[in-house]
Amino acid sequence: MANLTWDEILRTLERMLGASVTTLELFGFTLLFALPLGLLVSFGRMSKVKPLRWAIQLYLLIMRGTPLMIQLIFFWFVLPAKSILPDSFSDQTCRLIVAIVAFSLNYAAYFAEIYRSGIEGVPSGQREAASVLGFSRGQTFFHVVLPQVVKRILPPMGNEFMTLVKDTSLAQVIAVAEMTWLAGKIQASMVSIFPVVVAAMFYLMMNAVVSKCFSVAEKRLSYYH
Amino acid sequence: MNVLSANHIVKSFGKTTVLKNISFEVKRGEVLSVIGPSGSGKSTLLRCCTLLERVDSGNIVYGDLPMVQTGEHGKGIYSPGPVLQQIRRHFGLVFQNFNLFPHMSVLRNITEAPIRVAGQSREEAESRARALLSDMGLSDKERAYPCELSGGQQQRVAIARAMALQPDILFFDEPTSALDPELTGEILKVIRKLAEARMTMVVVTHEMAFARDVSDRVIFMDSGVIVEQGDPKQVIEHPKSERTRTFLSRFNGI
Ligand SMILES: Nc1ncnc2c1ncn2[C@@H]1O[C@H](COP(=O)(O)OP(=O)(O)OP(=O)(O)O)[C@@H](O)[C@H]1O
Ligand SMILES: [Mg+2]
Repeated sequence: MANLTWDEILRTLERMLGASVTTLELFGFTLLFALPLGLLVSFGRMSKVKPLRWAIQLYLLIMRGTPLMIQLIFFWFVLPAKSILPDSFSDQTCRLIVAIVAFSLNYAAYFAEIYRSGIEGVPSGQREAASVLGFSRGQTFFHVVLPQVVKRILPPMGNEFMTLVKDTSLAQVIAVAEMTWLAGKIQASMVSIFPVVVAAMFYLMMNAVVSKCFSVAEKRLSYYH
Repeated sequence: MNVLSANHIVKSFGKTTVLKNISFEVKRGEVLSVIGPSGSGKSTLLRCCTLLERVDSGNIVYGDLPMVQTGEHGKGIYSPGPVLQQIRRHFGLVFQNFNLFPHMSVLRNITEAPIRVAGQSREEAESRARALLSDMGLSDKERAYPCELSGGQQQRVAIARAMALQPDILFFDEPTSALDPELTGEILKVIRKLAEARMTMVVVTHEMAFARDVSDRVIFMDSGVIVEQGDPKQVIEHPKSERTRTFLSRFNGI
């Protein structure tokens, strides 16, 4: 690193700042889609309709049973992204969108199982009390069950979020220009470990923020147990 | 006048029949105690009356609204959802383990249903909730969370929560069984006060002295059948049936 000029360092940092936006986009959009999708999947997993339950179980097995990296390659080759998406979308945008689709489907599977354990962990007496008080099913879910689920699932969700931060680096297999992909490219051309260290620091900082957010949330919900 | 009447109720879980042809009625303003050994079906009976469980067959009528009626093929046919919802609004249930909503303050536990279900305004619901809390001696606890209360206090909040909807019948499933003996007394006192105010109540209990002194009628259940019912002094002090006698002999000194 000692032989890098200030100019090289600044230019590297500038390029990596751009890639960090891509990483953040991948992270943010995956959560945006996977969090609600996971809830729907968990409903399907707990459904009384057997064929639906079986279909969801198969989906969960495939998503959790095969490497995310292979899923990414699969979606890139199977989804005719370039022909579906508008021509005005750049190659990079198309790649990012496919990555977001693959990540969302994959993470929804993990979130679904976390939701399910949280929902099943709420004592049945809570639902019974609500039912006798005349709450509809929707009211019972949103006002009685869900708030308690949120508290219960915070710790495993925190883990999942931190894993997602690091997993975004897998998108490099379909050449999404995220942090790790760019760090690897610069590292090869500069023959310096510097960009890789920058990328590592970036993930570390991002996860420090995620971890802090979760501990704040857990504290705020600690007024009851 | 009967507030609730149940006839020929049969309820099974899988192959085990838990309620075998149960018939009884609840009259307006009366306190009906249900006693019997563990596993005799007391909770299941309350749960069927409050629509937490569905009967296999039999008739249950609330006032003049049918809840379930035995159809042609001998199976219980329930009234449509809106009718059940209407009936449900006249029932309150107090559980053995309180089942308060842990994430809501005491006040919100009580006002939640009046606001969301009965459509009361927040002010109306809160002023009624405060009156109930003061009746229960819990005026200073409205902002507390259930986990900050003793078992006896939680159970009093649960009673206030059930009362907030001004039910026609209040059901209790062993309201004191999860409590220490000292706390049992405070809950029984509350129920006694409700009885004096002519609240219609069905109380499943193991407190024989309470059943004898407070109720107007007692039902003794064993293995899913009503073995004996009648005047509490008669049933508890001079039971006719051998099974009742055997069961009561375990509660010496009442
Ligand atoms: N959801 C259920 N599934 C299967 N069996 C059940 C279920 N609920 C109750 N039972 C069975 O029904 C029988 C009656 O149970 P219930 O809880 O009504 O008795 P209980 O008289 O309330 O007893 P306790 O005094 O112990 O509360 C028991 O044999 C019990 O195992
Ligand atoms: Mg019971």
